[in-house]
Amino acid sequence: MANPARFDLADDSVVVVVGTGAGGGVVANELAQKGVKVVALEAGGRYLPEDYINDEWDSFGQLAWTDTRTTSGDWRVARDFRNLPAWIVKAVGGTSIHWAGASLRFQPHEWKGRTTYGAVPGANLLDWPVDAEEMAPWYDKAEAKLGVTRTGDRPGLPGSNNYKVFEKGALATGCKEVHTGRMAVNSVEYDGRQACQQTGFCFQGCKWGAKWSSAYTDIPRGEATGNLEVRDRCHVMRVEHDDKGKVTGVVYKDKDGAEQRQKARIVCVAGNSIESPRLLLNSASPMFPDGLANSSGQVGRNYMRHTTGSVYGIFEKPVRMWRGTTMAGIIQDEARHDPSRGFVGGYELETLSLGLPFMAAFMDPGGWGRPFTSALDSYENMAGMWVVGEDMPQETNRVTINAEVKDDHGLPVADVHYTDHPNDVAMREHAYAKGIAIYQAVGATRTMPTPPYPSTHNLGTNRMSEHARDGVVNRHGQSHDIANLFVSDGSQFTTGAAENPTLTIVALAIRQADHIAAEMAKGNL
Amino acid sequence: METTETRARPDAGAAAGAEPAPRGLTRRALLARGAAFGMTLIVGAGFVTARDAAWAVEVTTLKPETMATLIQMARDIYPHDRLADRFYAVAVKGYDDPAKAEMVEAGIAALDAAAQGRGFDSYAGARWEADRTAILQDIAQGEFFQTVRSGLVTGLYNQKEIWPLFGYEGESFSKGGYIDRGFDDIDWL
Ligand SMILES: Cc1cc2nc3c(=O)[nH]c(=O)nc-3n(C[C@H](O)[C@H](O)[C@H](O)COP(=O)(O)OP(=O)(O)OC[C@H]3O[C@@H](n4cnc5c(N)ncnc54)[C@H](O)[C@@H]3O)c2cc1C
Ligand code: SF4
Repeated sequence: MANPARFDLADDSVVVVVGTGAGGGVVANELAQKGVKVVALEAGGRYLPEDYINDEWDSFGQLAWTDTRTTSGDWRVARDFRNLPAWIVKAVGGTSIHWAGASLRFQPHEWKGRTTYGAVPGANLLDWPVDAEEMAPWYDKAEAKLGVTRTGDRPGLPGSNNYKVFEKGALATGCKEVHTGRMAVNSVEYDGRQACQQTGFCFQGCKWGAKWSSAYTDIPRGEATGNLEVRDRCHVMRVEHDDKGKVTGVVYKDKDGAEQRQKARIVCVAGNSIESPRLLLNSASPMFPDGLANSSGQVGRNYMRHTTGSVYGIFEKPVRMWRGTTMAGIIQDEARHDPSRGFVGGYELETLSLGLPFMAAFMDPGGWGRPFTSALDSYENMAGMWVVGEDMPQETNRVTINAEVKDDHGLPVADVHYTDHPNDVAMREHAYAKGIAIYQAVGATRTMPTPPYPSTHNLGTNRMSEHARDGVVNRHGQSHDIANLFVSDGSQFTTGAAENPTLTIVALAIRQADHIAAEMAKGNL
Repeated sequence: METTETRARPDAGAAAGAEPAPRGLTRRALLARGAAFGMTLIVGAGFVTARDAAWAVEVTTLKPETMATLIQMARDIYPHDRLADRFYAVAVKGYDDPAKAEMVEAGIAALDAAAQGRGFDSYAGARWEADRTAILQDIAQGEFFQTVRSGLVTGLYNQKEIWPLFGYEGESFSKGGYIDRGFDDIDWL
């Protein structure tokens, strides 16, 4: 940080970015690179590779968002993890510290869910106001930024033990599209970051910096321009506006618990799909009694988390799945849209490994006795995979304000309500059967269809739409109602697609920064 | 935990026996009562210790019998035959706390009552794991069981000392990751 910028609280020429994860960290840096002055406010602290801990619970304690949230709905998470609907990081860099790095483009038809899938009863499907062709150059930029393997001229990663079991089973069951993934994990040195050492704690923050995270790439680069000031441990409580309905800045609690007001020309909200709608809803005012940017009533609605689940297989001999990258490979054969399977949309299968402590917590939450422990006794002989498929947006799956429960700042917390759509259930069943068949083809002596974990992919609660009545933001992530209020994170997703979301979040953020800078230059913002 | 102490104490059995037996129990009586805890535990005055005296938990607020039953309950919830009792003892020793004692004593009393409902003298007096598991099923929806079970998820499985027994290797950064240490060494496929 040659030149850390310091902006005045009263400086109303800055863009304020709330949150510094995949979306916020990228939008902040991209704006700073274009000469735009940015103040990024991050609720969490600053941790770098030397601080990350190769220990699941210690790392969770260091990085995870554990401020109170509540849950409701039929999903099992509401029963097993009442106050932990989602697994999200609270730190400079956000959940890009925890993520595994799987970086996939949407398939072209997935930008047009409503058109492709038709009217699905109970689902609130909508086409994105952008498409594959328009997004292609932004994906190129995102892949180059993240150093995604198997894109550009970047080679793939080598296959680990967990991958080899997965690949053999995949090929034996007739899958064709199986490889070690497109990963934001360096297979060779790239962009000043070294190659992956197969350490195996990708979910705990990469201590080698081999995996991309905004924490040690975009953030420090933005700061080096002298245009970006990151204030950590600053929790934004509400966004304020003037009597013309333009946002004027944010009120936040600083490191010392003091309330501060940062003026702004533009505000970009990027707190992840639970905190971003919470912030907009908590910012309700006499002029906007239902919360900011909420004339459609869609803020907080259409919460998506992907149709997930895991399959673990136990074999006669050791696999030692924890050695090497956490997501070591992918099967894409089922990612297509093929309603003959009994559901719309598709899913990816990706290897996954949890350490013993997390396996105990997540394999069968609430489980006990010999059925549970005899599986763990074979931990060394386990292989694992994760399902990530498109879940249906539903209006009733939503983030709301729970006025009865307050956080440490005295703010009402978010309640996360989720119930599977029948399409989600059918897809998960199909994926479990597929995963089980794959492991049985390699001689698994036992297979375990494991329920979804607290959400790692949180999407859709401020969705993009062509028309203001259908969603919260337009094709640039700009709110329909308030021209200088943007949403820059995964909550913009109109639909979830089958792919892990972060590459798309980053591509949208790069594109949004380009748009904001251009509009500022034209004097439109 | 200020109120409890757990460590390997080679002399713990002797110490327990040599104590002035505040509850009026002779060493012989202790052993006789210990026999009720048929698995591996002997209850001493203020101590719950392994039969071979390899370790001991000092209890200051809970009845020793309660702690012994709790340790047995912990094992029956997450039974791993290769894990010694001391790991279960470590996992539940935090319940020997004045703030929790009432809840635990009541919970164990209810567990014993459930055992009696199935014709056993007490929970620990049921000699087959399957019998004890059936008794646990009777209370499994209750708050006490759920508290103990969920506490064990981290209390037991986050003890680094047990990881090698499952093959799990833990921290790997300091060893340079697995790039040269077998990330792809599978040889049976
Ligand atoms: C274990 C794990 C593995 C994953 N693996 C993958 C993967 O392989 N591929 C993939 O594509 N995705 C993966 N993900 C998902 C990915 O991490 C997220 O999709 C992505 O980080 C979301 O970006 P975001 O900008 O929406 O939010 P985040 O990255 O979560 O950033 C939000 C930030 O905002 C801050 N914040 C929130 N509210 C406030 C406030 N009021 N004031 C100030 N700051 C605030 C938070 O502290 C946080 O730092 C994974 C996630 C997890 C947990
Ligand atoms: S396996 Fe590779 S990417 Fe994952 S934490 Fe280790 S070095 Fe980083």
